[in-house]
Amino acid sequence: MAHAVLRSCSLSPLPRNSSSADLPTAPPASASPIFGSQFKLVGIEHTHGRFLNYFKDNFECFQNLAKGQAPKFMVIACADSRVCPSHILGFQPGEAFVVRNVANLVPPYENGPSETNAALEFAVNALEVEYILVVGHSFCGGIRALMSMQDKENSSSFIQSWVVVGKNARLSTKAAASNLDFEQQCRHCEKESINRSLLNLLTYPWIEEKVGRGLLSIHGGYYDFVDCTFEKWTLDYEETTMRKETGIYSLKDRETWS
Amino acid sequence: MADQPSNVAAVAGGIKKLLREEEDLQGGEDQTTKTTTEVVDESPFDPIERIKEGFNHFKINEYDKYPEYFEKLKEGQSPKFLVFACSDSRVSPSRILNFKPGEAFMARNIANMVPAFNQVRYSGVGAIIEYSVGVLEVETILVIGHSKCGGIKALLDLPDDGAVSNDFVDDWVKIGLPAKAKVKAEFGDKCLDEQQMHLEKEAVNLSLLNLLSYPYVQEGVARRNLKLMGGYYDFIQGTFELWGFKLEVMPPLTI
Repeated sequence: MAHAVLRSCSLSPLPRNSSSADLPTAPPASASPIFGSQFKLVGIEHTHGRFLNYFKDNFECFQNLAKGQAPKFMVIACADSRVCPSHILGFQPGEAFVVRNVANLVPPYENGPSETNAALEFAVNALEVEYILVVGHSFCGGIRALMSMQDKENSSSFIQSWVVVGKNARLSTKAAASNLDFEQQCRHCEKESINRSLLNLLTYPWIEEKVGRGLLSIHGGYYDFVDCTFEKWTLDYEETTMRKETGIYSLKDRETWS
Repeated sequence: MADQPSNVAAVAGGIKKLLREEEDLQGGEDQTTKTTTEVVDESPFDPIERIKEGFNHFKINEYDKYPEYFEKLKEGQSPKFLVFACSDSRVSPSRILNFKPGEAFMARNIANMVPAFNQVRYSGVGAIIEYSVGVLEVETILVIGHSKCGGIKALLDLPDDGAVSNDFVDDWVKIGLPAKAKVKAEFGDKCLDEQQMHLEKEAVNLSLLNLLSYPYVQEGVARRNLKLMGGYYDFIQGTFELWGFKLEVMPPLTI
């Protein structure tokens, strides 16, 4: 039933070439007169026109969504401009609660509060999402920064202070892929870092509890924008917890779409 | 704090209406019941199929259709925008403002907050700003708030005695406390819904101010006319407000 309902509510994808109409010609009342036509200044005048048409065409769905959201997915993706989940996975309004940070990292519970685990707490406990998807991608600048870090970190760099969350992925990449060149090691680390983030998700008691009860599942995804493929896999919770002491994790249902 | 999935019930009503129309064409209540049952018993939601369908749609309708555009993106990204937006499933800037791949470096967090410079506490946001402003040299930073924001509601609901009910969410939304104080001072006598709307916008202004505490942003504004803009998406009305943000330091007077 849920599947059929979702299909009939799915919004038409935003048409690429629709003409703009009903553009807001006057700046909002609260805007400073110094800036004139804000929309034109920012270069989104025409794109907003397309949105207004899109909104009108799907008005009923938006009215329903205005009452509340019930996304099934929580997605953690990179802030990279090329990998928006709304595009590459076609998420429509209402489908996915999305966190985007540098290198799609999930810090472990013991690191303390951050924007990423605040979003996790809200998505899992309040919205009760059913699937968490961590999506990485090729040629990730954040992972490159992680792989390029010297052992003595540059303490004044925010990027390094953040990507160090992925240090275990870097260690296992260096161990497993030392025979590969730097670029190939980065590709390896991009995927390894996703798996480390999946494991970090299980360090949150309220996440592990739901996964253990079968109410929540954890998935990894990797978007390669060079050849436009998407690889996906699922964390095998039972096998992983059996081997917890060894630190070995288990994945299942790996597929590549092209 | 959870929102009710009333959109699902509304859409179920839509399906039933369609099926009633089909019944009128074919005749017979039994057939409708049978058809409804068939729809209800259709395969349960498969998340993997859903994202596979989404990816295939992207590949066929975007990637394969515009090969030159995507070829350029393989070499690197040069987005003109850094966008801070809420993680709310209803407010993807790619939908609202139709950002195409490559156009906007995008940070999404609860209530689209930008905390002030703090390398220990907020390295995640700092990394986003350092990379997009310092390395990619975006031209505009746009912070987008929205209506019915659960994070802003959590901020508004924070008790004055400092009690905490959601560890991480409450800790994060406290970034907006100065905006809350301002809204309470000006609109404390209004209903909570109206206070929330004002806070949703005031929190955007606070985030814009906090952006200026980052040296990369200060340098960008001073050296290359980096623009700071605030936005507010009201998905009940279907409107989008946009405003500029500027900080001026007057030359000192000697007394």
